[in-house]
Order: sequence, then C-alpha cells, then structure tokens
Amino acid sequence: MKPAEILRSLFPGGCDLTADGGLMAGHGPLPGAGRIHVLGVAEGTSLGVEEALWLARRVLEIGQARDATPILLMVDSGSQRMSRRDELLGLNEYLAHLAKALIIAELAGHRSVGLLYGHSAAGAFIATGLASSALVALPGATPTVMDLPSMARVTKLSIDFLREKAATTPIFAPGLDNLAQAGAVLEIWDPDKPLDLQLTSCLGRLSAVDERDRLGQERGGRPKAAAIAARVAKSSL
Amino acid sequence: MTAAGRIPAERLSWYEATARQRLGALVDPGTFVEIIGPEERETSPHLGIFDLPAQFDDGMIVGRAAIGGRAILIAAQEGRFMGGAFGEVHGAKLTGLLRAARMSRRDVVVLFDTGGVRLQEANAGELAIAEIIRALVGARSVGAQVIGLIGGRAGCYGGGGVIAGCCSTLIASEHGRIGVSGPDVIETNMGVEEFDARDRALIWRTMGGKHRYLIGGADLFVDDRPAAFREATLAALGRGGSLGLDTLVAEQARLERRLARFSDETDAIEVWAALGIGNAEAIPELATREFLLAAAGHRESADEAR
Repeated sequence: MKPAEILRSLFPGGCDLTADGGLMAGHGPLPGAGRIHVLGVAEGTSLGVEEALWLARRVLEIGQARDATPILLMVDSGSQRMSRRDELLGLNEYLAHLAKALIIAELAGHRSVGLLYGHSAAGAFIATGLASSALVALPGATPTVMDLPSMARVTKLSIDFLREKAATTPIFAPGLDNLAQAGAVLEIWDPDKPLDLQLTSCLGRLSAVDERDRLGQERGGRPKAAAIAARVAKSSL
Repeated sequence: MTAAGRIPAERLSWYEATARQRLGALVDPGTFVEIIGPEERETSPHLGIFDLPAQFDDGMIVGRAAIGGRAILIAAQEGRFMGGAFGEVHGAKLTGLLRAARMSRRDVVVLFDTGGVRLQEANAGELAIAEIIRALVGARSVGAQVIGLIGGRAGCYGGGGVIAGCCSTLIASEHGRIGVSGPDVIETNMGVEEFDARDRALIWRTMGGKHRYLIGGADLFVDDRPAAFREATLAALGRGGSLGLDTLVAEQARLERRLARFSDETDAIEVWAALGIGNAEAIPELATREFLLAAAGHRESADEAR
C-alpha cells in the first residue's frame, strides 16, 4: 500500500500531518473518541544523527504531555546511515536515544504501535519499529537485518551461497514472514479491511510485557529464546 | 572457576584476555555463580545449518557475583566465538538477566565484545537486541544501574553499539571501539573513499575509546588492565539514579549540542581541536595519564544526560 492510501484508510476523516525530508509528524483522530500522534520515517530514508534526533525530540514532547495519547510510528526506512561522519559523531548514541525515548514515553503512558509498510533494516529498525510497544506490518513490507553484500563481507561467505541459504532458512533470511515467525511482528494487517479498526483493535491488545520471545516460540521461529530468558531471570533473583 | 588462567591478573591485558579471564579478574574472588553454564550445553540451534561449530555457552556468560562486596548481576561476551555476535541463546541470556534486574533493582555489569548481530541467525539476533534494549531500559527506569565495559578485540558494533548507548555508564579503554556501522560495512556499502577499512589509525581515532571519551560517548577512560576496569566499575556502581524523561530531555540537549559544535568537522583530530585541545594530533600517542590530563577541562561530559 502507498502511504496516501494507508493514511486514508487509517483516518477516513483526514489527519494533520507534515512531512520534512523523509520524516513525518502530526496527529489524527481515532474511531469513536480520542486521537493518536503520528510519526514516520518515509521513502526509504536512512536514519542518521539528524533524523534520529528529529524523531526523538517529538517523542519526548509527546512523553512529557500529561495524557495517554498513543503514538503511531510509520516505518519505510533505509538502514542506519552508513557514513564516516555519522560514526564520528556517535550514531550509536543517537539511535539509542531514540529507542530509549520510545520506551520511556511508553512507561509514561504513551504506548506506541510501529507500522512497517515498506523497508527497514539493521540499526534503523532497532531504533524505530522494534522499539515500539508493538510492531505490526502490511503485506509487501521488506524488513532485513543486513543486505547480502555486507553479510558476505562480514561472514566471509560467498554471496551465491548466502542467496541459496536465504531461500530456505527462515532464521537468517530477510523478509516479513521470516521476522514474523521469529516473533518480531504482532500481527500483519489486512489491507482490504479498514485500517482504523485494525489500529484500535491493536491498541486494545498491547501488553506491558515483551511477548516477542514467546511469540517466536509459538510460531516456531525461535525455539529457545523464551525458555532461556525465563530460566536466567528466575535464577538471577 | 579459575580466576585468570595462569597469567597473574595484574599482567593480564583486557584486550587479549578471554571473557572468562576478564570476568574472573573483575569480580571479588569466589563470588561468581554462573547461570546456564557450559555444562548445560545450551548451544545455538541454528549454527549447524551453516556447518559451523557450536560453543557450549554460545559466547555469553551470565551470572551473579559481587564487586567490592556489592551484589551485582554480570554478563560477558566472548569475542573469540563468532565475533561475540548476538544469536538467539547468546542474546536471551542477557535479556533474562536484565529482566531480573528490573524486578530486583540489582545493578548489572556488561562486558561487551561484539561485532553486532550474528548474521547466520540474523532475525533471532536482531530481535534479541531489541529485547535486550527493552529490558535494559526497564531495569534502568526503576533505578538499576547498567554499566558497560568496552575494550575487547571485537569492540562494540552494530546493535551492540546501540545497547551500549542505552547503558547508564560506559567504561572504555583505548581499544574500546564503539560504533554502529563497522569499517567493513561502510566500505562495502559506500566505497573505500568513504571509509578505508584497512586504515587502522582512521578506525582508532574515529571509533576508539579516546574519541568516545572526548565527545561524551564514554564516561570513564581506563588502562587496558582488569584492575583499571574494576576500579572504574566500583566508582560507577556508586552513581545511582534512574532513567526517566528528565534524563532523556538532558540527553537530547547534549546530543543537539554535539551536532551544533562538531557537525562540520570531517576528522576526529578536527573535533579534538574544536574541543580546545592544544596538540590534537598527539592524542593517539598519549599514554593514559597524559591523555586524561589533556582531556580534563575540554571533554564533553554525559553526566545525568545518558
């Protein structure tokens, strides 16, 4: 689905949204009563130091408001911006800052739904969709952890070998279904049904507990994580 | 456990040491109790697909210990196994430890040594990092300190760098490289003109512990010895404080200030000169004591803003 179609289905009565160089911010009404803040990374924009700060500033403004207005974080991003300058300036701190802002805003009452409708990868994915209270996706979304050429360089495996493995190995291969199987995605929305109703239903289902490892176990993508984490937690008390 | 192998702790290099040696030399003798140790053989369920050997602890050691008589939780990554990368089991151990810290408010010490996500189990690794960040922020939100120690062979890259950015205090040695995109990844994607991954000096000054300490990306700079890391850890454990909106508003100002000050600099030496350090070119050559003297009064601090 294209962003304009998604917004029409989410907010049939319209919404108030401004875009700024691949980033979006605004708000729209929820069915029935109330409203939701909308933030977004669009058009495959990579997340560099400036982009992460721009988004974090808005998340913190929302977090400081003494209400419980939720956040919809729309994601069609690149990866983290890969540059010497971003690393020189400490991009790891900027991405961590955005992730912390989303989680602390949630603890202050502003739950967030990440909506993955396009691409996302690596550090940008960690700091946006994967730092939301829950991540949902639309069919056609293309999340990846790392592009295959970089993977080939880091693992010293040939790109042909990696392509062959990617076709048959869910735990390593890019793609929405593979990530959903590992527990990353709470639900995949139906583009043929009104998205506003799917959003309100999702907001009602948000859990205060991180359920992704349990989902990964149920879906067969991550057989061990939930049990290992639970055993370590119990023995650490 | 055998504390530090056959090498006396005072002669051990943190960079050269194994994760078990570092851990043994860091905590009070005889206090470490490992959870899901190698004897339980909880290995990666995925590496076999790539015909890669598993390791019985999956490259992550977690447990309870004491430092200076203070009870803590501790985790150490083994950079010699799969580059210390986060896989399903490796990551879940740290997630569990941090979830417990939220319940008990016990402080956590993490010995990082990682290239980031273990790509052979990329989806599990990426999710493990997301779960660790959520558990870490939860623990800090109720007042537990999470202290990161960085000075190992693999540095602290990829999602590991993002986790490090979520810690309350970071302690780094000169070898402690911290970043998101490693040199190889930048070169592969953007070309050798953007980053020459064979240029060691460029890597050290762009991502190394000295640069991170100078711009406020690390809080304490120490010698490459376990005793130095231990002393700094003891100091960090006494800091206290919880992570909340106030902390992040201060961090937002700190990171905006960094961009305003250094946005136009293209090399670390220019950043150090802009900080007001007289002989910035000499920074890479300085021993710890001289470096700390040169940094004093000039470095950006992240106190109460991380």
